Amino acid sequence: MADLSAVRAESLVKNFGDFRAVDGIDLHVRQGEIFGVLGPNGAGKTTTLRMLATLLPIDGGHAEIFGVDVRREPHRIRQLVGVTGQYASVDEDLTARENLWLFARLQGLPSGRAKSIAGDLLDRFGLQEAADRPLSQFSGGMRRRLDLASSLITRPPLIFLDEPTTGLDPRTRGQMWDTIRELVMDGSTILLTTQYLDEADQLADRIAVIDRGRKVAEDTPDALKTQVGESTLQLRLSEGADTALAVDVVRRLLGEEPVLTPESGRMNIPLPDPNRAADVLIGLREAGLGISSVSVAKPTLDEVFFALTGHGADDESQMEAAR
Amino acid sequence: MTTTTSAATAGPVAPDRRGVDPAAVVARTTSHPSLRDTCVQTLAMAWRALKKMRRKPEQFFDVLIQPLLFTAMFAFIFGGAISGSVSNYLPVLIPGILAQTALTVCMATGVQLREDMDKGVFDRFKSLPIARFAPLAGPMIADLIRYGIASVLTLLTGLLIGYRPGGGVFGCAAGVALTVISGWSLAWIFTWLGTLARSAQSVQGISMMIMFPLTFLSNAFVPAETLPDWLEAFVKVNPVSHVVSAVRDLLNDGAVTAEVGWAVVGCAVVVVIFAPLAVRSYSRKM
Ligand SMILES: Nc1ncnc2c1ncn2[C@@H]1O[C@H](COP(=O)(O)OP(=O)(O)OP(=O)(O)O)[C@@H](O)[C@H]1O
Ligand SMILES: [Mg+2]
Repeated sequence: MADLSAVRAESLVKNFGDFRAVDGIDLHVRQGEIFGVLGPNGAGKTTTLRMLATLLPIDGGHAEIFGVDVRREPHRIRQLVGVTGQYASVDEDLTARENLWLFARLQGLPSGRAKSIAGDLLDRFGLQEAADRPLSQFSGGMRRRLDLASSLITRPPLIFLDEPTTGLDPRTRGQMWDTIRELVMDGSTILLTTQYLDEADQLADRIAVIDRGRKVAEDTPDALKTQVGESTLQLRLSEGADTALAVDVVRRLLGEEPVLTPESGRMNIPLPDPNRAADVLIGLREAGLGISSVSVAKPTLDEVFFALTGHGADDESQMEAAR
Repeated sequence: MTTTTSAATAGPVAPDRRGVDPAAVVARTTSHPSLRDTCVQTLAMAWRALKKMRRKPEQFFDVLIQPLLFTAMFAFIFGGAISGSVSNYLPVLIPGILAQTALTVCMATGVQLREDMDKGVFDRFKSLPIARFAPLAGPMIADLIRYGIASVLTLLTGLLIGYRPGGGVFGCAAGVALTVISGWSLAWIFTWLGTLARSAQSVQGISMMIMFPLTFLSNAFVPAETLPDWLEAFVKVNPVSHVVSAVRDLLNDGAVTAEVGWAVVGCAVVVVIFAPLAVRSYSRKM
């Protein structure tokens, strides 16, 4: 039983009318790992998670969670998976304490037990002070924490987190990361989605990159990053500088293709090694090209996408707008 | 696995932080909620609905105003024309208003369910291992309070303007009870509509279209004999007519007649048909 996989999904398909939102995705999440699903808006992350959580019917393919068939035994699946959706699914008309108590009761805990667990969770997520206030007075971060707390009442062995840190400030995001790591130390398995490579990099043991309903890559964060370079030099040429010449210089120095962004004169250059940034800057000055701004950053999702698919993550939203 | 082990006793977040053992949790899962789980869950959902009612007392507006307004208005406007005098009309009217009020409350059940289902928390209810029956039946239990308030208030208004029920205390209690039971049973139809419709607005529209013919094409406000034959035929098969007649027998005569029996059977039939339809349509709509 030790090598029982947490999630084993094969060629999952979901259609919304004529539109295929999920187009044959395979996922294999091992027990005890954090598995990240990375993709831009509309890639099909939420849809995939909702199918696995029995919230959406599966249109094609096969999925098992800890060996239990998702389509055939939804009630068992619901006992195995704690779901924290992209949008908080807590009752706005109840207080935080009442929410937790209700969810605990619904899962069969006796009233007194439900009360003490609600108290414990409120403590653990720093919500004790706000516990009896109406949710309408909660900030986005507090709501997210309550939502996550609600998914942990029965300590499910598998936890789905759909964009757990979107909209959180950096400090709260860091706390959320710590909480997620703790859950894994307790023995839970985590399947999370994110739009940030950085987040997947920090948390995930393995990442699946999905795009337009298909999986385009699956690997460890390190392996994915080396495909796009360790970091990126972002620079803006000064007004009227010759972009084509700059591209030539970069190509000659690094053997890498700079990614031109839609704004004129801006380019992102993948760097195999951050120390090579200086070479590029010197090379550009020698060629007589002025620079108006420069920074070195970690590769963005957009660059991962470009490297994996040959089109940027932004194309997706343009395509959506056109549809 | 014993029946007393509830659906998800996977163990709470224990302070000692023992590790989670998936294989053990899988072994403990059940394929269906037990009857006991279903009851506990339904009561928990009823508790939620009651909390909401207490926080939003304005939703009691309809059950408070309608009985008062309609009873007084109908009595004074139609009383003379239909029965010769207000006091002669009241024994006909009060049971009719009771039925009408119950139906209005039913309608609100469907509309509110639809509104509720569009909220984020329903995603959680669906992702939890709970019986699909519970989120539907819970609010309906809480609604029993609304039916109760509405019927008692109608009766009181009647008493105030001169209604003297022949059935006495027993008749009144039984009449109110039957109204509440009928309202609750018929509410399953509107709950089913609530699970089918796209928006709360459309539930409201459809419900109105069902409710008006049901109440006005019944013997609720006028004796069926005064109607044209074709209409009388419909009125006689209209289930609301049977409920109204039964409530009349109870209130006015304190008599448990065959009509009462038919009304109860009718309610049971409605529940047996529409409760499973509602639960099925709700579980499909994932
Ligand atoms: N209920 C629905 N009906 C029709 N189309 C839908 C529905 N839900 C999602 N879609 C479409 O399916 C595609 C995938 O949506 P999904 O929500 O899974 O994306 P996502 O990867 O979670 O994106 P985001 O990062 O914005 O949350 C989108 O193009 C979306 O418009
Ligand atoms: Mg999403």
